[in-house]
Amino acid sequence: MSSNKKYWKSVEELNENSSIVEALRNNEFVEQIPTDEFLGNKNALTDSSTTRRDFLKYVGFSTAAASLAACEGPVHKSIPYVIQPEQIIPGVADYYATSFFDGFDFANLLVKTKEGRPIKIDNNTLAGAKFSANARAHASILSLYDSMRLKQPKLAGKSATWADVDAKLKSSVAEAKAKGKQVVLLTGTLASPSSEKLIAEFIAQNPNAKHVVYDAVSESAALDAFETVYGERALVDYDFSKSNLIVSIGADFLGDWQGGNYNKGYAQGRVPKNGKMSRHYQFEANMTLSGAAADKRVPMTVADQKQALVAIYNAITNSGIATTKTANDAAVQKAAQQLKAAGSKGVLVSGIQDKNAQLLVLAINQALASEAFSTVGTRQIRKGSNEKVAQLVADMKAGAVHTLIMSGINPVYTMPAALGFEAALKKVTTSAAFSLKEDETASLTTIAAPVPHYLESWNDFMLTKGTYSLQQPTIRPLFDTKQFQDCLLSLVGNTTSYYNYLQASAAGIVSGSSWNTVLHDGVYAGVSGGLTAGAVNYSAAATAVAGASAAKGFELILYTKTGLGDGQQANNPWLQELPDPITRVSWDNYLSVSRVDAEKLGLQNNNVANGGLNGSYANITANGVTISNVPVIVQPGQANGTVGLALGYGKKASLKEEMQVGVNAYTLYQSFNNVQAVSIAKANGEHEFACVQSQKTLMGRGDIIKETTLEIFNTKDAKEWNEVPMVSLDHKEVEATKVDLWESFDRSVGHHFNLSIDLNACTGCGACVIACHAENNVPVVGKSEVRRSRDMHWLRIDRYYSSEDTFAQDDEKKENFKGLFGDKGSLGGFGQMEQPADNPQVAFQPVMCQHCNHAPCETVCPVAATSHSRQGQNHMAYNRCVGTRYCANNCPYKVRRFNWFLYSQNSEFDFHMNDDLGRMVINPDVNVRSRGVMEKCSMCIQMTQATILKAKNEGRAIKDGEFQTACSKACSSGAMVFGDVNDKESKVAELAAEDRMYHLLEHVGTKPNVFYHVKVRNS
Amino acid sequence: MSSHYEAPIRKPLVIGDKSYHDVTVDVAAPVEGKANKHWWIVFSIALAAFLWGLSCIIYTVSTGIGTWGLNKTIGWAWDITNFVWWVGIGHAGTLISAVLLLFRQRWRMAINRSAEAMTIFSVIQAGLFPIIHMGRPWLAYWVLPVPNQFGSLWVNFNSPLLWDVFAISTYLSVSLVFWWTGLLPDFAMLRDRAVTPFTKRIYTILSFGWSGRVKDWQRFEEVSLVLAGLATPLVLSVHTIVSFDFATSVIPGWHTTIFPPYFVAGAVFSGFAMVNTLLIIMRKVSNLEAYITLQHIELMNIVIMITGSIVGVAYITELFVAWYSGVEYEQYAFLNRATGPYWWAYWSMMTCNVFSPQFMWFKKLRTSIMFSFIISIVVNIGMWFERFVIIVTSLHRDYLPSSWTMFSPTFVDIGIFIGTIGFFFVLFLLYARSFPVIAQAEVKTILKTSGENYKKQREANKDSHHE
Repeated sequence: MSSNKKYWKSVEELNENSSIVEALRNNEFVEQIPTDEFLGNKNALTDSSTTRRDFLKYVGFSTAAASLAACEGPVHKSIPYVIQPEQIIPGVADYYATSFFDGFDFANLLVKTKEGRPIKIDNNTLAGAKFSANARAHASILSLYDSMRLKQPKLAGKSATWADVDAKLKSSVAEAKAKGKQVVLLTGTLASPSSEKLIAEFIAQNPNAKHVVYDAVSESAALDAFETVYGERALVDYDFSKSNLIVSIGADFLGDWQGGNYNKGYAQGRVPKNGKMSRHYQFEANMTLSGAAADKRVPMTVADQKQALVAIYNAITNSGIATTKTANDAAVQKAAQQLKAAGSKGVLVSGIQDKNAQLLVLAINQALASEAFSTVGTRQIRKGSNEKVAQLVADMKAGAVHTLIMSGINPVYTMPAALGFEAALKKVTTSAAFSLKEDETASLTTIAAPVPHYLESWNDFMLTKGTYSLQQPTIRPLFDTKQFQDCLLSLVGNTTSYYNYLQASAAGIVSGSSWNTVLHDGVYAGVSGGLTAGAVNYSAAATAVAGASAAKGFELILYTKTGLGDGQQANNPWLQELPDPITRVSWDNYLSVSRVDAEKLGLQNNNVANGGLNGSYANITANGVTISNVPVIVQPGQANGTVGLALGYGKKASLKEEMQVGVNAYTLYQSFNNVQAVSIAKANGEHEFACVQSQKTLMGRGDIIKETTLEIFNTKDAKEWNEVPMVSLDHKEVEATKVDLWESFDRSVGHHFNLSIDLNACTGCGACVIACHAENNVPVVGKSEVRRSRDMHWLRIDRYYSSEDTFAQDDEKKENFKGLFGDKGSLGGFGQMEQPADNPQVAFQPVMCQHCNHAPCETVCPVAATSHSRQGQNHMAYNRCVGTRYCANNCPYKVRRFNWFLYSQNSEFDFHMNDDLGRMVINPDVNVRSRGVMEKCSMCIQMTQATILKAKNEGRAIKDGEFQTACSKACSSGAMVFGDVNDKESKVAELAAEDRMYHLLEHVGTKPNVFYHVKVRNS
Repeated sequence: MSSHYEAPIRKPLVIGDKSYHDVTVDVAAPVEGKANKHWWIVFSIALAAFLWGLSCIIYTVSTGIGTWGLNKTIGWAWDITNFVWWVGIGHAGTLISAVLLLFRQRWRMAINRSAEAMTIFSVIQAGLFPIIHMGRPWLAYWVLPVPNQFGSLWVNFNSPLLWDVFAISTYLSVSLVFWWTGLLPDFAMLRDRAVTPFTKRIYTILSFGWSGRVKDWQRFEEVSLVLAGLATPLVLSVHTIVSFDFATSVIPGWHTTIFPPYFVAGAVFSGFAMVNTLLIIMRKVSNLEAYITLQHIELMNIVIMITGSIVGVAYITELFVAWYSGVEYEQYAFLNRATGPYWWAYWSMMTCNVFSPQFMWFKKLRTSIMFSFIISIVVNIGMWFERFVIIVTSLHRDYLPSSWTMFSPTFVDIGIFIGTIGFFFVLFLLYARSFPVIAQAEVKTILKTSGENYKKQREANKDSHHE
């Protein structure tokens, strides 16, 4: 269809007679372009100083300069997938179930990967996955990206290829066989059916070979005892949830005792239900996590503990073995009687490293018919034998060992110097160390063989008998590494990969399930039967225990700390900066001494002008071996006559300089006995600690950690033991929680997040702190900054000691202050309350941003960088923050953390955020904060938003339990529960309605979205 | 403004046989003469301190606030202590020029110029701290409610820090205008006396074309009164608002309704002490003893004594209220102030601010130049400690004992503080050599009523009827 519309470009066109229109019709321009003016004058052109050649030069130069300048632009290596893998969607996390066992720690895990990078460890929560990650397991993800890892194999200190290594091993094994000398595989506990099968094949091929299992921190006594009674080298997997009465004699089962991982079961029994909760007696020397959680903690030396054990044995089995009198007999008798009364509902555990003592533990639990004690599904995570290790070192010294292949251990560092392993190693013709790092051992061996991290490799585990777990890689190996098992396969002439071998061997174990199912689940729960006890002469064991002589001088109790454990992950800055739950000291190990002994020895702690903690140095000598300049912490609750020192520190090889802290206590770990008789002398100088909490006691502020006893809890009204502060409103006393300065928003619509923290269930294990670090890219600031009270932890676990014997007495003392001066005066009184008791009660309180509905921080920010969300979260807009720090000052909980310096990509803070490899752990959903801005707990808003989006995409309502924070997800004891209180069916809503619920500092009127549950003590 | 008769019982405000011309010459002398050795020495020290402070500031801004001694619990210490201290010092100027003008206190005329100069210079120092204490000072303009392209982001009008921004900037601008208005006739005087073309040009610009016509004088008087009326509420508002930084918070020791009057009294107290410090030196160095007389110093001392006592009452009231409140956190905060780890700061404050001004009850002491000088310094040390006590000892032990810690300054904290003192004296010394340091035009208006020679003449002729 034609149109006779006329389109015009300007008004001029409408004028028919316009000369311009006419001109434009014929020419492109209205006027002629005056080319003649500048080209017509030939003379001027020839006279010009710029010739044609010059012109071309200029053009050439400018083009070259422009292209060169363009070359200088930054090159970002952003390479898209040519063919995008179906499983990987950028921005969407993938999860893989795997398992972790490094010879010390073990857990069933779920690994979060983002764009092919594993970035976070979560717990595998499927049925059958028994073991949750502790702080070290959570932090192990960062050890994957450790820039100090061994990156390629080395032969005699020189870089080599794997072919060279395999050839060398093969020829060496053949040579040994020819010469009739020993080939020894020295490993940590493997607990891996496939690896053990492979080793058995290797030994079958080489009859001159043997396999020795060495645990850096030995549980040999308990293993020997169990083997004697039940004929199997294993440990009991206690179920503390089945006990009403737990008696522990020197066993820190909430720590690393026999592998630990007992939090979950223990916490179940500790939360009062139907008026009942378990009672826990702890007899111990060092102040441990278990001691801190106990209802009654009695500090005693290990010598006294032995007498106590026999006394309890006497009471339970009606025996009459003579014991030596100790100061705490009354408490021991009381525990013994209650244990007897509890019968099968009672359990006794002990950490005494003595086979006879461990036999008594078995005898007592058998006599009680303890339900918590079961020989079904025994723990396979420790197998080491002190005797065999000692024999091996003797053999090596004698020159009987030709080839020594080590895997997953670092004996040069972990064996006591007196054993002479280092010298013995020199007598071995060929030695190989399969290791993540070029550590003390790998730097001395013929072959240093780098192994992949567990997140890069295949394996299987049988952590407890009957349960089968698989370990799968979550990333392609970062370096030129090879698994120990792959090398063994080539040694036995098997050409398959360990992956195929594993698949084949798994098929024999996972009956009724498929490889894919087990791989997906990470675990396979099989069945295992119980064991029958053999006849053992327990009374002889009891006589032997009772007759043990007390050590002369001080008893040194060597233990492992929550942060570093046996020391494998010493180059992990998260763990180094994790404050010890008890002392709250980071970046150090130290000699813990009781106040009484410290005064005798002239040792002391003091706080300097900037709040930093200083401590004396001591020299400690055991059996002729001395460690000089061990920093001292005066530890409340430490038994007089004992001192404690943590293993796992003082490592030097393949560690960044900042991580080379502490002293190596393994040198004192003689005969693998964690108790050593030592003499202690004060040394000159003062040590500068990095302690995050300088005030030890609660100062009688009972409203911060509310607690009561089970009796009062059961019999009295909640108002009595969970008092709500009252304020005066219009001359009437009303509950502070009911008063509102502002008109509140309507929070009944949408989600409203709350976090519940049960002080009864929290054991202070610190897993949440590390999980928070990993999830939220919390920076590590180093020892000197922590010392200056600048730790960046978004979530901290406050630890308080009582100043009197109990917190209740503290409150009472403060209530009874009269006037300023005199005996009951508050001036002297508060001074006394700053000092902890010699055997104090301990309380833990995880504190993070409380997400106040009336947040003091929000009103004071001049630029509105922090504000409240409809969902209850207190937001922090980092980009808007100008850094006045007013919000932090006005926070009653002091949870805000300021970026004093630039903590990423700054060589002054040479931790993981300063190298490309370490930065791979950064969570892309959370931004890395620049210097000068405030940061704090966000209640993991990136997780809650992701959950909301996911449900929205799938068009469904959100189920209870889907909302999680990093800390609530990591909390294996169930102390932290997160969720939406507007969902009336949710667990958190139910917890919020409980009698035990209270908010921290309710009287300030902040109306937090984090709440606590009153701690109930069963004393 | 001024009546032509003053009771003979009143002490003369200008001593000696001064004519109008003498006043002009005396005031112009420091500007027209050459600086002596002492000025150069003091100026060099001040400049060195200023440059040192400047390098500390550059270091802070380029590296981070971590170079200071602050920590997770104590987010403010010397920075805000110095800020409040300088703002407090800046109070005397306005009080003297505005309030005393409205109350027709003629003795202010000899000192108001320098007091106002001091105000402006110290407010400049004060203004520095809120900016450099920020983690990201290059974004300091975000605290101004300027239209922006960050979406609809606006400042938070709830925040006392924002009120500070308004209060301080208003105070600085009003003070500056007030000061300059007073300076116009005096600059004109210098202009008219200037011999080199350069100085003439400069003072011509500075005097804004003052012609000395009656209309000029009339407008001058009117503007002075209007500005005095405007500035008077500011005397109360500025430090009231500064005190809101603390009073509106929830921290025990900060959350106190007594703060506004207490801060204002303290500010006047410290401001007068600083005026005394400066003028006692200046009257000597610049030969102005005839104008800044012992009587001036005595009157200043009386104000110091009264405000010091008000501050003392405030301290005791705080303690009483803490006890009477029955709030354990509040009680502990004050017990801790007096007897905790920072007891020395508290008792330094008490000694300097409450006890030392009480000596001024004795006429002999308050008319002693040396003693007044010492007390003026002591008072300012005390007032610095007052702010330190309020800020640091309240923060270092607040609600949760787990977060309790201590503060100790680094060389940067100290360097910046000394730097601002240096900067202040650099400005003041330059001012003393280039500005008319006494409002000579105003002094001339009272010369015939309050000048010693005229009073004597009048006394001698009181029987005759020439009046």
